[in-house]
Amino acid sequence: MSEAARVSLFATCVVDQVMPETGVATVRLLEAAGCTVDFPAAQSCCGQPALSAGEPEAAAVLARHFLDTFEGSDAIVAPSGSCAAMVHHWYDRLVDPFDRERARAVAGKTYELAQYLVDVLGCTDLGARVDAAVTVHDACHGLRNLGVKAAPRLLLEASGATIVEMVEPETCCGFGGTFAVEHGAVSAPLADDKLTHAAETGVDYLVSSDGACLAHLEGRRRRTHTGPEPVHYAVLLARGLPVPLPAGTAP
Amino acid sequence: MSVRERDNIVTPGRNFEERARHAVADPELQRALGNLGQRLFTARDVAHDHGDLKDRAAAIRREVLADLDSWLRRVTSTLESLGVIVHHAATAHDARRIIVGIAHAEGVRTVVKSKSMASEEIELNQAFESAGIRSVETDLGEYIVQVAAERPSHMITPAIHKTLGQIRDVLVKVSGDAIEEDREAITQWARKRLRDEFIAGDMGVTGANFVAADTGTIVLVTNEGNGRLCTTLPRVHVAVVPIEKIVPRFTDVATLLPLLTMTATGQRLTNYLSMITGPRREGEVDGPESLHVVLLDNNRRALLGTPYEEMLACIRCGACLNVCPVYRRVSGHAYDAVYSGPMGKVLTPLLSRGSNGRDLPGASTLCGACTEACPVEIPLADLLVRLRADLRGTGALVGARGSAPPPPEGGVARRERPGEGYPWPLARAPVVTPPPRPPSVRSIMFAVWARVWAAPSGYRISTAAARVAVRTLAPGRRWSTTMPGVTGWTRSRDLPLPAPRSFRDRWAARERGDERW
Repeated sequence: MSEAARVSLFATCVVDQVMPETGVATVRLLEAAGCTVDFPAAQSCCGQPALSAGEPEAAAVLARHFLDTFEGSDAIVAPSGSCAAMVHHWYDRLVDPFDRERARAVAGKTYELAQYLVDVLGCTDLGARVDAAVTVHDACHGLRNLGVKAAPRLLLEASGATIVEMVEPETCCGFGGTFAVEHGAVSAPLADDKLTHAAETGVDYLVSSDGACLAHLEGRRRRTHTGPEPVHYAVLLARGLPVPLPAGTAP
Repeated sequence: MSVRERDNIVTPGRNFEERARHAVADPELQRALGNLGQRLFTARDVAHDHGDLKDRAAAIRREVLADLDSWLRRVTSTLESLGVIVHHAATAHDARRIIVGIAHAEGVRTVVKSKSMASEEIELNQAFESAGIRSVETDLGEYIVQVAAERPSHMITPAIHKTLGQIRDVLVKVSGDAIEEDREAITQWARKRLRDEFIAGDMGVTGANFVAADTGTIVLVTNEGNGRLCTTLPRVHVAVVPIEKIVPRFTDVATLLPLLTMTATGQRLTNYLSMITGPRREGEVDGPESLHVVLLDNNRRALLGTPYEEMLACIRCGACLNVCPVYRRVSGHAYDAVYSGPMGKVLTPLLSRGSNGRDLPGASTLCGACTEACPVEIPLADLLVRLRADLRGTGALVGARGSAPPPPEGGVARRERPGEGYPWPLARAPVVTPPPRPPSVRSIMFAVWARVWAAPSGYRISTAAARVAVRTLAPGRRWSTTMPGVTGWTRSRDLPLPAPRSFRDRWAARERGDERW
């Protein structure tokens, strides 16, 4: 690539607070693909928790904040299909009329990580080597709102990972934001279905592209001890990148 | 059976969550539902590659909704020119009164019914019973549900929540006959039994899958032939037709019909397709002497011009139920409503003006499988999101600053993007009862949270404080088994705790050169 692509990382609040290793992995993969990454410090949450809780005003406040934070970026990349889909699917309908075009412009340059690497940069082999068998859970909003289906699989295949598809990879894991708390009676059995289907493939890892789904699945797995370890595909791929130099040493 | 008795039969529980818990713990139900999943996923696959058909069908449905009052006048005059007696029912109560009135006037003692969700919606069987009129469901699934004193759990396959053994037991109990636990044997037994009912029936009651405005043709789709018997043998035929069932042209049926059957059952054409154009005429050998059409509103017209108008495009195929992960786990009775699954979650609060099913829109993961499966492109998941707000009375201020976009042609902003519905400012639909003012504590908490997290240092400081609190209370732990306030989560899953260092802390350390990755 003649000129390095400049990417603003939208880490998402879940990754920032609960699973920072996914954020680190995202940066490493983007840099392995030749990107220059920045991290706008004002960023917080996309607002989806408020919207799905029936509080669109609060969601609109965070939507405006997201636009203010990222509108100067060339490309905005998130390691979450759901948060990127929030920007794409809802922002132009949540903001005030005079912000609508701005919302559409920002949505037009907001991507899920694999979508950006594969569909925009045309980059599948990042130099990562993964010697493991995996099954892919297609997280709902990335799949249905952004069309993310092939991209994570192409990245994993290029790394040497073996993909074994499970039964119904496109069926929801049962997370669903507030649903996971308010409807645990259904949410947990749906996680069990997903973990069972993944276990049937005999793979080492259950990979997906949304931290919240993975936390829900891992939280359940810690109780039932069923199924392969849920892990973000970015974390798995980054583990297979050449080891970075220890802190303090010269590059 | 009485209404009260039926209410006692459905899955117990005061709300969706309690009924769902009961359903998930019912091994017989889970076994019955296991069969559903595999059978109906095939149906989805058959219908998968018909994008153009879906677009055309979606357009036909919106053509009617864009000017429903005119189409209603048109279909009324066409039907009347054929000798059909047309009734307009504003409410379910009106519809019951009209239909029971027809039965009394015609001296009807036995009614035979073809499967009709509209008749379930107006609770017609209960009305007949109160009036001392015998009413028999003739679709096998509906018949099973009726004799079991239950309500259909699925609009296409009403008894899908029962195993074969349970069905056999119900039929044995009601008839005293010896019936084998075998599909063929049960069907043969029912066929013989229902034959006598058809012959005894004075009045046939059906719904309608479509009514063509240009020809006045009522289109009925069945697999068992019972619809045809209900409309040809009895001397009176009453069709209960929700107003949105109109299609502009008879030829539109050619587009909608294959889409309906493919998404409903995976069939390219059903076993029986009845097209009824007026009552029996001079020289014809069968058909009813009189044909009544009851056009049912029941709060539908109130949805026109609101985002929920989209819901009236529904053709009752059941595809959204079949693909819904929640429905497939809990079955229809957990919804405690006539319409279940994703479409039921939207329709139940709307048709009842917010008095029923207020907790249903929240009982969704918003995965969007319903939106994807819908053959007429109803943005079901989006409507669930909007209903969550409208039922709370929130959302009035969204998009309210600045000038509104210019009103589009026709005065109503229709779908900006296929399947995605309206911009938010138009979401304030006066169709559900908002809760009392002032705003709830919950709304205030969300408002404060959003403002703090949208402030320059608000997010950083609030999350840092939360991290210190968690690390002090649970040092060294990444997962917790309990957490006040989210016991709905921790009852069945461990909860992830904030990491020792946030991503932004690690990013800052890297920027300073303290760590390298």
